[in-house]
Amino acid sequence: MTAKTLYDKLWDAHVVRDNGDGSALIYIDRHLVHEVTSPQAFDGLRLNGRKPWRLQANLAVADHNVPTTDRSAGIADPISRTQVDALDSNCAEFGITEFRMNDLRQGIVHVIGPEQGATLPGMTVVCGDSHTSTHGAFGALAFGIGTSEVEHALATQTLVLKKSKNMRITVRGQVAPGITAKDIVLAIIGEIGTAGGTGYTVEFAGEAIRALTMEGRMTVCNMAIEGGARAGLIAVDDTTIEYVKGRPFSPKGENLDKAIAWWKTLHSDEGVKFDREVVIDAASIQPQVTWGTSPEMVLPVAARVPDPAQVADPVKRSGMEKALAYMGLKANTPIEQIVIDKVFIGSCTNSRIEDLRAAASVVKGKQKAANVKLAMVVPGSGLVKAQAEKEGLDRVFKDAGFEWREPGCSMCLAMNADRLEPGERCASTSNRNFEGRQGQGGRTHLVSPAMAAAAGIAGHFVDVRNFS
Amino acid sequence: MKAFTQVSSKVAPLDRPNVDTDAIIPKQYLKSIQRTGFGQYLFDDWRYLDAGDLDIPVAKRRPNPEFVLNRPEHRGAQILVSRENFGCGSSREHAVWALDDYGFRAVIAPSYADIFFNNSFKNGLLPVILRPDEVQAIFERVAANPAAAITIDLPAQKVVLPDGRAFGFEIDAFRKDCLVRGLDEIGLTLQHAGAIRAYEARRKIEAPWLFA
Ligand code: SF4
Repeated sequence: MTAKTLYDKLWDAHVVRDNGDGSALIYIDRHLVHEVTSPQAFDGLRLNGRKPWRLQANLAVADHNVPTTDRSAGIADPISRTQVDALDSNCAEFGITEFRMNDLRQGIVHVIGPEQGATLPGMTVVCGDSHTSTHGAFGALAFGIGTSEVEHALATQTLVLKKSKNMRITVRGQVAPGITAKDIVLAIIGEIGTAGGTGYTVEFAGEAIRALTMEGRMTVCNMAIEGGARAGLIAVDDTTIEYVKGRPFSPKGENLDKAIAWWKTLHSDEGVKFDREVVIDAASIQPQVTWGTSPEMVLPVAARVPDPAQVADPVKRSGMEKALAYMGLKANTPIEQIVIDKVFIGSCTNSRIEDLRAAASVVKGKQKAANVKLAMVVPGSGLVKAQAEKEGLDRVFKDAGFEWREPGCSMCLAMNADRLEPGERCASTSNRNFEGRQGQGGRTHLVSPAMAAAAGIAGHFVDVRNFS
Repeated sequence: MKAFTQVSSKVAPLDRPNVDTDAIIPKQYLKSIQRTGFGQYLFDDWRYLDAGDLDIPVAKRRPNPEFVLNRPEHRGAQILVSRENFGCGSSREHAVWALDDYGFRAVIAPSYADIFFNNSFKNGLLPVILRPDEVQAIFERVAANPAAAITIDLPAQKVVLPDGRAFGFEIDAFRKDCLVRGLDEIGLTLQHAGAIRAYEARRKIEAPWLFA
C-alpha cells in the first residue's frame, strides 16, 4: 500500500464520487452553523424548495452578534437582533439543533463543537467561517466555506472540492518555558507569510506540537487560515482521544471502541512525501507580538518595529509604510515601549479554560495599569465560563480590574457592542489584526493570553517571562 | 447564477497586496440578512471619510476623494486589478456579493486566498490569475490611460490589453463550464443523490458512530 498523509486518508474516506476532472464530491460529516453566514443560505433553500439533506449533521449557535453583557433583556441593537432571530427561526423551521443565546452551552462555534464532542477525529467539518480550521486539531478535515457552500452542504451533505496539496510544518524540539501555542503559530506565520499555506492543507507536527494540550492544538490550527491554509491538521494521539471521550455528542460503548480503532490510524504514514516541508526550531521561538495590519507582521517582543527604509521590494515596502501609518507606529520603536489602551482576552483562538487560567495566573494579585481604559475577558462558551467561575478565575480578573463577560465573539471582530474607538490600541488574543477589524481605526496587536494579561498590568507590552 | 463569457471594460487599479475581506466589506454590513445591496459599502473604510453602518444612508456620508473607486476616471469599471493574496481573511461571501453588486465582473491579481477564490465562482465573479509582471503591465496601462478598455475572454482564457497584447490564464475546467453556462451547482450535485445515499449506507457500517 502506498504511504499516505493524514490529509490523504481523510480525503479518501470521504470521496462520494470522483468527478474525473480533478474535483470530487466530498461527504460532510458535521456542519456547524452560525447567524452571520447562514441567512442567505436558508433563503436559497426556501427559494428552490429544498430541505436539509441530513438534519442530524448540523449544529447551530449564535455567537458573532450576541452581547457579552447582561442578556436577560435580549439584544438591544435591532440589526444584530434581526440576524440572531433569523437563525432561531430558520433552525426552528428546518428542524436544526441550535444552542440559543441563553443556553449554558452557547458559545463561539469553534469552541462549542469540540466541547460538545460534535467535532470528532476523522470527520469532515465545515462551517461558514474561516476559523473552522480550528477543528483540525482533532485530526478532522475542517475548513471554512462561503454562504453558497453552506447552502450546498445543507442541501446535499457534500461539497464539490479540489484536493489541495500536502504541506507539513514540523516544530522540532521543545519550546522554552513561558512560550505558548499562540507564540508557536504566530512564529510560523511570521516564517511562511499569510499566503504561505495557500493551496495546501497543512499538517502541524513535531515534538513541540505533540506536547500541546488540545486547547493549544486548537489555537495552532485556528490560525492555519492566517497562514493561508484553509485547513490545518494534527495527528490523533492519546491526548486527542482522552479529550474526546465522554462528551455529549461523542460515541459511547461499542461504538467508541470501534471509533478509537479507526482514530488511531489517523496520522501520516512513515516516510510519506509532502509537497512542501517547513521545519522550525522550537527553542528559537520567543513571545510574539504583531506590529502591523497582517498576522505575518509579527516579531519577538524584544524586537523593534521594523524600518521600511531597509526593505528593497517596493510592493512590500509600501505595504509596511501603510501598516505603520495605520498603526500609528514609528520605525525602530522597541515593541516593549508600545503603550496600549485596551486588552481583549477571548476569541476562538484563545478563550478556552487553559487560556483563561494562563491569563489569570499573570494578573493574580495585581492591578490593571491606569492608562488601560478597558481590559475584558470573554470566555469562549457558557461552559468555559462556568468552569472558570468554579475555579475562582472570575474573581482574580475582577480584583485586578478586568471585566468578566458573557461568551461570544465580542471584540474579535466587533460586530456586537464591544469595539475599539478610532486610534485605540489593543493587546488582543484574537487572530486578525486587519485594519478596522476590532472597530474602525482600531489598532490590534496579536499576542498570547499571558502576554495580553501582562500588557494590561504593565500598560505596555512586556516579556511575560520577565514579568513578576 | 449569471453566465460569464466575455467582459470588455476599463479597469480600476487597487494597488495593494493582501486586500482582506474585512477591507472589502467591513463587518457591520454582515448583519444584513439579504444577498444584495452590499455594493454601496464596498471598501467602505477606504471609500468614505466617516464611519458607516447599515442604518446610515450612504448619500449622507463623505466620500474620500482620494480613494481610487471615487475618482471619476475609474467610475463604471467592471474589472478590478490588485496585488497578491487578494481576498484573504474571513470566509464572508459578502465580499464577493459586494464586488458583484458594485458592478465588478472580474478581478485580476497574481494570487487569491482560497475561500474568496472559491466563493467568486459561485457568484459569477471571475478571479483571473496572471503573473506578477503581467499584473504590473496592466497597472502601468491603467496609469497611462485609465479610459482604455481591456477584454477578458473566458472561453479563450485570455486577457487582451488595448495595445493587443494578450495574457493567457489557467482555469479549472469544471469551474469554467459552470461560469460559461451559468449553472447551479446544487442542482448538479443532486443529480448524484444516489451516490450520496450509497456512500451513507456504506459509512453507516464502517463508522456507525457518525450516524448514531
Ligand atoms: S471569535 Fe473571531 S475569529 Fe472566531 S469565529 Fe468569532 S469572529 Fe470569527
